[in-house]
Amino acid sequence: LGLALYASSLCAISGATFLYHDYCVIGAGPAGLQAAYFLQQAGRDYVVFERSHAPGSFFALYPRHRKLISINKQYTGKSNSEFNLRHDWNSLLSHDRRLLFRRYSRDFFPNADTMVRYLEDFASLLKLRVQYNTAIIHVTLEKNEKAWNGHYFLLTDQDRKNYKCSSLLVAAGTWVPNVVNFPGSEYVEGYETVSINPEDFTGQTVLILGRGNSAFETAENILGVTNFIHMVSRSRVRLSWATHYVGDLRAVNNGLLDTYQLKSLDGLLEGDLEDLAIVKDKKGKLHITLRFYLENRNISAGIDSITLPQDELDNFATRAPYDRVIRCLGWKFDFSIYNRSLRMMPGKGNIKKYPQIKPNYESRGTRGLFVLGTASHSVDFRKSAGGFIHGFRYTTRAVHRLLENRHHGVPWPSTVYPITQLTNSIIKRVNEASGLYQMFSVLADIILLRENATAFEYLEEYPTGVLAELEMQTGRKARNGLFVIIMEYGRNFSGADKDVFYYNRAVGEAQHAWQSNFLHPVIYYYKHLPTEREMRLRPPEWPLPRPNAIHHIVEDFLTDWTAPNAHILPLRRFLENCLSTDLRNFFAESCFLFTFTHQKLPPSCQQGYIRMQGLLGSQELRQHAVQAGLLQDYTHTDFSGDRPPDSHHGSQEHLMRDHGIPVRPLQHLVNAKDE
Amino acid sequence: MPAQKDRWVSSLVFLLSCVSSIPQCGSASLQQEQSPQHYFSGLEAGKPSLAFFTPTVSPGAQPFLEHVESSAEALQDYGVSVVKVNCPKEDVSRYCGKENALRKAFLFRGNRLIREFPTDALFDVNSIVANVLFALLFNEVKYVETLADLENIENVLKGKSNMVFAYVPATGTAEHRAVMEAAFVYGTIHQFVLTTEAALLKATSQDDPDVSSAWLLFCHCQQVTEPAQACRRTALAQPLTLLNIHRHLKLMAAPLVTEVAEDPEKISTVHLQLGLPLVFILSQKETYEADRRTAEFVAWQLLGKAGVALLSRDLVELNVLQRSNVALKTPDEGMPIQYLVLEDTDEVITLVEDKNKVKQIQEYEQEEEEDEDEKENNNQDIQDDQVVEAVSRDKKRELPLEQILVLTEENFHSSLSEAARTVVVLFYASWEAVSLAVLRSYSEVAAHLQGTPGVLLSRVNCWDWTGLCSQENVTQFPTIRIYQEGQQSVTYGGMWGTEELSSFILLSQVSCPLKLATMDEAEGYLRGEFPSELSSHHHPSLLGVFSSATREAREAFEEAGNILSGHVRMGMYFEDDALALSQKYSVSPPALLLARSGGRSVEGITLSEHSVQDMVQMIRYQLLDIFPEITVPNLPQYLQLGKPFLILFSAGDISQVESKEMLKLAKGRPQKTFVVCWLNLKKTPVGYGILRTYFSTTPPLPLLLWVNLHAGGQVFKFPSEQSITEMNILLWLERLQAGLEIPSSTLSEEDWKPPLPAYDFLQMMEPSVPELSPHPGDTPAQHPPKNPGGDTAGGDSATREEPSQESTAEEGGAPGRGLRGTAPRLAARDKQGKRHSEL
Repeated sequence: LGLALYASSLCAISGATFLYHDYCVIGAGPAGLQAAYFLQQAGRDYVVFERSHAPGSFFALYPRHRKLISINKQYTGKSNSEFNLRHDWNSLLSHDRRLLFRRYSRDFFPNADTMVRYLEDFASLLKLRVQYNTAIIHVTLEKNEKAWNGHYFLLTDQDRKNYKCSSLLVAAGTWVPNVVNFPGSEYVEGYETVSINPEDFTGQTVLILGRGNSAFETAENILGVTNFIHMVSRSRVRLSWATHYVGDLRAVNNGLLDTYQLKSLDGLLEGDLEDLAIVKDKKGKLHITLRFYLENRNISAGIDSITLPQDELDNFATRAPYDRVIRCLGWKFDFSIYNRSLRMMPGKGNIKKYPQIKPNYESRGTRGLFVLGTASHSVDFRKSAGGFIHGFRYTTRAVHRLLENRHHGVPWPSTVYPITQLTNSIIKRVNEASGLYQMFSVLADIILLRENATAFEYLEEYPTGVLAELEMQTGRKARNGLFVIIMEYGRNFSGADKDVFYYNRAVGEAQHAWQSNFLHPVIYYYKHLPTEREMRLRPPEWPLPRPNAIHHIVEDFLTDWTAPNAHILPLRRFLENCLSTDLRNFFAESCFLFTFTHQKLPPSCQQGYIRMQGLLGSQELRQHAVQAGLLQDYTHTDFSGDRPPDSHHGSQEHLMRDHGIPVRPLQHLVNAKDE
Repeated sequence: MPAQKDRWVSSLVFLLSCVSSIPQCGSASLQQEQSPQHYFSGLEAGKPSLAFFTPTVSPGAQPFLEHVESSAEALQDYGVSVVKVNCPKEDVSRYCGKENALRKAFLFRGNRLIREFPTDALFDVNSIVANVLFALLFNEVKYVETLADLENIENVLKGKSNMVFAYVPATGTAEHRAVMEAAFVYGTIHQFVLTTEAALLKATSQDDPDVSSAWLLFCHCQQVTEPAQACRRTALAQPLTLLNIHRHLKLMAAPLVTEVAEDPEKISTVHLQLGLPLVFILSQKETYEADRRTAEFVAWQLLGKAGVALLSRDLVELNVLQRSNVALKTPDEGMPIQYLVLEDTDEVITLVEDKNKVKQIQEYEQEEEEDEDEKENNNQDIQDDQVVEAVSRDKKRELPLEQILVLTEENFHSSLSEAARTVVVLFYASWEAVSLAVLRSYSEVAAHLQGTPGVLLSRVNCWDWTGLCSQENVTQFPTIRIYQEGQQSVTYGGMWGTEELSSFILLSQVSCPLKLATMDEAEGYLRGEFPSELSSHHHPSLLGVFSSATREAREAFEEAGNILSGHVRMGMYFEDDALALSQKYSVSPPALLLARSGGRSVEGITLSEHSVQDMVQMIRYQLLDIFPEITVPNLPQYLQLGKPFLILFSAGDISQVESKEMLKLAKGRPQKTFVVCWLNLKKTPVGYGILRTYFSTTPPLPLLLWVNLHAGGQVFKFPSEQSITEMNILLWLERLQAGLEIPSSTLSEEDWKPPLPAYDFLQMMEPSVPELSPHPGDTPAQHPPKNPGGDTAGGDSATREEPSQESTAEEGGAPGRGLRGTAPRLAARDKQGKRHSEL
């Protein structure tokens, strides 16, 4: 509260004037607005800076051909709002049901303009505090022991206006186009400026650099009017339906693959762009050659003196000259505005376009600086959906919850249930939770067991990467063991070279669930919270360290995991064995019998019947239970001396008899020898 | 004679060799006497002899004499001389003179005639020896004809000596001879009993015996200590020959279990000497007692077939598997001792009875184990949750839900504010079994309450409308809420039953407590006639009476009413004449008037509690019956008192007398240290299940039991011969409290463990996902693949060694695990490992 008093107050430090906010958010794109929504809901002091005059400036320009490739599913046959978010890749999270994307567009792949309109509405309907036309051009730190993180963030905009924040949320996206420099790259047109009018390409031969969705989208647009299109990039094409990664080439854009494989002149090539060179001949045609040849050329000589690959290799693939070369190489994060003291470093390898962040989305270099949205994709690049709206809307919420706990003492929201609800609460979530589904293997539901496993606490969508810090990050205690619920694809199923349509790809039997290939729920059981070290030493490609026990719920064609025998029963057995208890439900009559025949009662009776919430059951149901042999009917009993089959002990014994195990006691004879 | 016998015993080996080679023995032992006079004068006192008197020439007796001659040899071994006495022609004495005497043989002891045999009874050597010995051993071998005789003998022998009981189809047979020969040797050690009665044979052997073959039982009566105890019996499995009988008796005399503390290779026992195998039970100090019992058990089973020795591993260094628990030494020279891992005593027995089978058994077992595993997996797939199974079996039946309004996110709020005064909402999940079970009861409630004005039943499927349910803060399924305009919603907290729910909904319609305006209303209320909505409702009525001075108590009462709303019928009266009303029931305000059974009995209770919680508790307590009939729905209320139950099980309604006595008992103890109640088995048939658990059958009813539900769990049965009166019960309770009664049963202390193991995916994944295996640098604490919660499969340790065995053995040793926890599991683990690597 004390800090809130500073809100919007001006304070003068070393001559400069600062506008103070607890939270500053850079960028009013989807992630920035999403963060703003949560901050607003929590009543926090925040401001969002947007360089443009409206939110979603990236979408105002991109994609150039205006077709979003995030699906907007109108109908799922279900009314469950949480479930429907699994198939709504465009909406942001809010309580306002007007702000669902399907109310904005009926297109399965909506137009980017709709996204801009949606974001505008999101900001205005929810009255988010966005300061437009404010481009932050410099960010630096000011040391201060009293600050939340030991320093304040000082932001400067294009008008040299200064802002001061305790916490900085960077939701600036990746908007700086990737460029490659090679001899002749001046002849290359960029995706951001290239004409989107197909007529401009009539009868032309086009080379496209890049193999992402923007490259294919560009090709798709001009496919019908060009002589042919060639595409070149370092890596092979990765199809998103094969890799289960939405950032790879989506089928909606892959018309060129069709024409290439059907030998309709278009084609794909692999090669390192760094080795290329382009030379322009007198007719204005562009020839591909290698940088190597250019380095040896005689500077005084003209174009004719330059060696072309076909001079040596007369069937060189790209020997035909091109009319245009278009660069579609994607974007990267703008590192330029951060002072060196913030140590905003690019990642290594294929994540160099993103800043380095920790699994809790906090910058590796600066405490209190969180990266949200697309720029935070390094956490799950090429794995999950954290770089896309339908993924980062959940990670943004997770970051908000972490911040609430860190700065405001608001622990991670949780619900406490009696242990009898354990199976139910898991089944409910795996069937509807969209965060778990979209951010598979990145966000996890956590079940913290209470002492003696009589109750548990349910935490939703916690980042798996910081599992070891759970107690500190959430303000919840995990002393008595925990379950971690995530969704996973089969380990060897997805991948660029994998045949994802092979026969028998789907597993149907619960006992082989661990071999499930499609996205399915997996539950990890830990007796103790994994340590940092265990997290570090976890098997490669594993989201979590080796658990004490693991359960896979078998994949389901309908992603409906509510089948009593195939889904719920094996899950219950797993939970029972982890907790060493009996989680079956019992009718009141059984509980009545147990009360008089057992000193201890199963949880279902203990927490239900004994608390006067017994399940009396209708006549029909009891009849069915009797027929199933799970309940004894004593009304017409013949007193043959059989044990009632519904008695726990009886069924055990029954089982043993079935297996032909003699009841003669020889166990001492045997087990004593094994010690 | 005993002295002679001793000598015979010592010469047994000779005897045996002789018996086995009768044909070779010469016939020189037949004595010839010239005349009877000669013969009689030569008889030694006490020495038996068998004499034939023959005329000098008697051609017809020739074949008979041949037998006599050959039997002479045999009988000589038993000190019986066979004498052929020639009858001089002129002799007309007693033996030679008569024609028929010549067709007989005469047995003398000294010169006293013991028995005369017709020669047709002596048709061969066997019959001669058998009959002669039978006659001589008249005292030693008892002949019985009836079972009673046999039992008498057995009873006399108990604790003194053992008995050998033989059945022979007829006397004079080879078997008869063998028995008699054995009796000659062992007659002083064991009591021999003989019969030829087939009926007796049938009475003594279990299965249908072959009456044409002989049968011998060794009855171990000596060690019997109590008269009522029967003598254990060991039958001779081989044909009745002297050798076999001798062997059998020798084995019976050997110690049951030999304790061995040296190299088993060097051990030799009577069994091995007699060509029988020796079974070693491998033991160690910790398990000695149990192993000793096992050995004895096995020994009894194998008595006569093999010896059993208890070999202490602590004393002998054995270079064999730690798991081995049984060793077998065969009498064959040079055969090594076999060490085996057996899981069952039956296997030990099979091992001996058919050595060839052992291998088969172990192989077969493996297969069986695998089958079993498979079966087990199948069992894991079988639904054992009675509620889930019942609901899925009822899935296809269409529920009559027309009366229940379906609420959605769209119409929820509008429906709540519409006309109906009381809106009942069931929040449920359509995939959840308990929800669906309650939905069934709910549809019955709807039928029940159909036409009740002002009540709207509705439901929300939280699987469809998850947002609505979380908005309404419904976190558990099922939840029933009652929404009334202008009031906070009330969440139902009672039994999920049709009646209970209906009653709750009805009671919820009327405000709680109901403010009564006039004396008439108050009186009507106590009679259950007012308000009219509840007139069909037969619950006790509670009326709070307050004067204007007792405002604090009244407010607490109102507050308590809010809490108990729907569960208790509560009214209050605080008009000016409240004092008059309360005084009618001899209390003064603030007071509670509790009216049961339509106002026929009204109890006045002075209110001294002023805190809401205390008042709620007091009201709940007051509403409990003094001598209730326990039913499935009402048990929890009485259970909450935390007291032992004195419960009368009755086949139907209890009789007036019993009811009166029990009521006296209940009322007589104002401090209420226990709950006095009864159970109507007709109404609550599950009570039979209780009785069956206590007594395994249903004892005669009515039956009075003391059940310590909360401490110790002992069950005491009131003596059935005593009549159920207050006096008798009190006396019995005193004895019971003094610890003089023995509990008839004790409630099981068993924990509620997982009914079946789970799929062990971690173990299944291990071979195919090598990186899953624990990191080599891990500390032991990070090695946690032990199955959670004592998974009986114990099976994840295919890749691990010693520690896992320990842990599994511990698990196996846990009570109630039985054999399943141990060896078969251990064996299964190896195989599982194998199997999964094949995946």
